[in-house]
This record gives sequence, C-alpha cells and structure tokens, in this order.
Amino acid sequence: MARIIVVTSGKGGVGKTTTSAAISMGLAKKGHKTVVIDFDVGLRNLDLIMGCERRVVYDIINVINGEATLNQALIKDKNCNLLSILPASQTRNKDALTLEGVEKILEELSKDFKYIVCDSPAGIETGAHLAMYFADDAFVVTNPEVSSVRDSDRMLGLLSSKSRRAERGEEPIKEYLLLSRYSPTRVKSGEMLSLDDVQDILSLHLLGVIPESKSVLTSSNAGTPVILDEKSDAGQAYSDIVARYLGETRPHRFIDEKSGFFRKLFGGK
Amino acid sequence: MTINSHSFPAVEFKSSTFSVPVLSIASNDLILIQQLLDEKIKLAPEFFKHSPVVVDLGEVNKKQLALDFEDLATVIRKTGLFTIGIRNSNEAQQAQAISLGIPVNTAPTSDVRVENRKPKPITAPADDEFVGSDSTTVTITKPIRSGQRIYSFGDLIVLAQVGAGAEILAEGNIHVYGTLRGRALAGVQGNTEARIFCSDLQAELISIAGNYKISDDIHGAIANTPVQIYLQKNTLVVKPII
Repeated sequence: MARIIVVTSGKGGVGKTTTSAAISMGLAKKGHKTVVIDFDVGLRNLDLIMGCERRVVYDIINVINGEATLNQALIKDKNCNLLSILPASQTRNKDALTLEGVEKILEELSKDFKYIVCDSPAGIETGAHLAMYFADDAFVVTNPEVSSVRDSDRMLGLLSSKSRRAERGEEPIKEYLLLSRYSPTRVKSGEMLSLDDVQDILSLHLLGVIPESKSVLTSSNAGTPVILDEKSDAGQAYSDIVARYLGETRPHRFIDEKSGFFRKLFGGK
Repeated sequence: MTINSHSFPAVEFKSSTFSVPVLSIASNDLILIQQLLDEKIKLAPEFFKHSPVVVDLGEVNKKQLALDFEDLATVIRKTGLFTIGIRNSNEAQQAQAISLGIPVNTAPTSDVRVENRKPKPITAPADDEFVGSDSTTVTITKPIRSGQRIYSFGDLIVLAQVGAGAEILAEGNIHVYGTLRGRALAGVQGNTEARIFCSDLQAELISIAGNYKISDDIHGAIANTPVQIYLQKNTLVVKPII
C-alpha cells in the first residue's frame, strides 16, 4: 500500500510546489517509487518546476473523465526513473476534480507506487480539499510570517476534521511542519517570526527548516527540483527532511545564524 | 389628557410569546382523526371552541404515511379548531399550507429555552463541531485550530491551546489548560454563573452569558498568568487565579 503525502499550507506562495518537487525527487532518489500529483487545476506549475512541461500530453482531468489512461498521463522524470509526475490541467478549473475520480486515481497509483505526493493548491476549496482528503501524512509548509502561520493552523483544523481518516474515525493524519524561507538573520533582527514563535502557535512535529535561498528560484527557473542542487543550503535542507521523514535522525540545521546558515554559506563543513 | 402622537405610532411590531396547543398527527386516516377529535372536544367544548392549534406532522411523516394536508385542514376546521401553523412538515405539505394561508414551522421545537436578555453571539452548534451530549462535559486533548468551533452543552475542558480564529462555546464553564488565543464564550444560554479559566489569556474575545470583551480591552499585565474570568454586576472581571 502506498503512503499518501499531501503538501499543503492554506496560504499561497509559501513553497508548496517547490517542496512537492523536492521531496518527491528526494524519495525517488532514496530508491522509493514515487509519483507526484499536481492538484492545482487551472494553475498548472509543478510540470515547470520538474522541467517536464514540454512533455505534458494528458492530465489528471483527462484521466478522471476517462479520456486517457493513467499510464498515458504519467510522465517519467528525466533525472530519476523511479519518479513520475501526474500534471494538472491548465484549461479547466478545480470543479473538474471529483472525489470519486481522485479516489480511483489514488487507488490505481497505490498498486504501483510507494509514495504518492499530492501538491495541494492554495486555499481551502475543492482542489485543496481533494488533495488532502485521502492523505496519510501532511507536510504543512509555513513561512515565518503571521498570516501564513494562521492559515496553516486553519489547514490543520481541516486535516483533523475533513479528511477520510477523520470521517472514518481512523488514526488521524500525521502532521509535519516544514518551515520554509527562514532567514536566521532576519529573525535575529526581529523582522521575522522565529521557529519558537511558530511552534508556539502550531506545536507540530518539525520535519525541517528550509532557509531562504537564491538557489530555490534558480532551480525553479531551470526546471530542476532544488534538492538536486546538493551544494545549496535549501537542497540540503530538503535532503534532511526526506531522510528524517524516512526515519533517519539528522540534527536540525539552518535555524541559528552561527551553527547553520553562515557556516554552510562560507564552507564550514 | 393629551396624547403625544409621536410616542404612539400607527403600526408597531412587538415580540410576544403565546401558549398554543399542538395537535400531533400520527395517522393518515382522516375519518379516524375526525372521530378522535370529536371525542376529545366533547370532553371540554368550551375550551376547544375556536381554539388555535399548531399541527405537528412529525409522527405521520416519520411513518412515511401519505397525508394530504388540505384534507386534514378541512377536517380540523370542521371540529371548530383554527390551524394557525404547521411544523415538522414535508415540502408538499408546506406548499399546501402556504396556499391555505397557514404559516409553516411557526412554533419552535419542543425544548423551548429560556431566552436570555443579553445578545447571544452564537447559540446553535453547526454540524461540523465536537458536540457533547446533553449537559455533559466535553474534554478536548488536541490543539483547537483556527476555524474550528467546539460547542459543549455542559462544561468544556481543553487540554491544549486554542488557536487564533478558533471558537469555543459552552453552556457551562470553559477551562483551557494552554494558551487561549481564539474566542471563548461561556454560559452561552444565559448562565451568568459560568466562568472561563485559562493558563494564558491572549484571547480575541471572551464572553460570559453574552457579556463580552475584545482583546483590546483584555490585554495588559495579565499575559502569561493563569486567570479566571467571571461576571460581576454585568461586567466581566479578569483576575489571576491565586
């Protein structure tokens, strides 16, 4: 049985798609057959970040409507053959997604894949709801900023009440915090919420802190998940996150100026 | 004595409560209904003469017996009673009632609660919340997230934090053993003796029996201290728990 991971946040622009691309690549690189699904119907982005936009023929809506088979729509990643991408439709909107359709797709993918990563759209409407409804684990991506934290808090409420696991009274979705775009320097100067401030409100299991990094933008534009940039701090942060998710113990980095961020930047280790 | 016309407007809406007998119908046999009604009325003809009734169709609809409301209304009228409303009716019956000039769902359901004089922000629980059974204590062990609403018919105990944008309501007391950042409303059905207790008060709003304070009025020296909130002469008092 596959493990379904939803990457969610409530708020837009916090790094859901970057994270989805990075962790799905990370899981595949670790030898697990992984598929990443873009649920952002109408605002298709994941294919760009994954660098497969020119190979999109069919999408998730075609599969739901029975116009294409799942195998026709799945795109094999060029960097890692254990990773597949199921793109979203750019010409439709979120209402084209149906609960039954999504359930059927996930059921079919479960037979083949070890991990299914669902890249949720922003908001709390149909797309986001369907992305998280069948999830086993939730990666809550949050920026160290008040509105992002509050939206994450709202999302956590929905995860615990509006998911299949909640409705069936099963073990609740495992929730993990991924604090992205973190800048210890700005935290120190009081411009940004600290990890402690965020945890004070969310009190979640921290999977990792991803530092604010130029490499994220560079990688996005180049169409390669940032995790493949092993020299970059953000890439390393995502590698740590994948390793921790898979049960390895790795000390947290990039939280403090001295112990992480700057030493990394200036070739400390 | 002169009457100031300004203080007596020609038309004025006033709220008033009446006690009206409810006629519960559990059969669709109109002949039987007429027979039984006649027998009842014979026992106290003066009491029932021109008496208004509200017809409750809950029982007959529960049994899924087809009932033509127009025919029933004719039967009831023949007995001398006036139907002034129906409740627990289905759509077809409601349409018939309205065409006969009879209001639909006029009476509240059986458990009429004592109305509170104070404005009550919210009383009815929505269906997506944790709701305890009648007059029991609800205990929540997980953080209450932004956007969640918890309603308890009795006391509410939260062994975690209450996030900003969350709303907890109880007809009794509220205890929060964590930071209270959302809204907490105790005694929502008018219990002025209800209290709110919390380990760290950073609430957006606190209310007891409809008397409320917003965060601007609460914050100050009391942050990070366990406090209790109670009502004294219609004013909310926030005091550290000693």
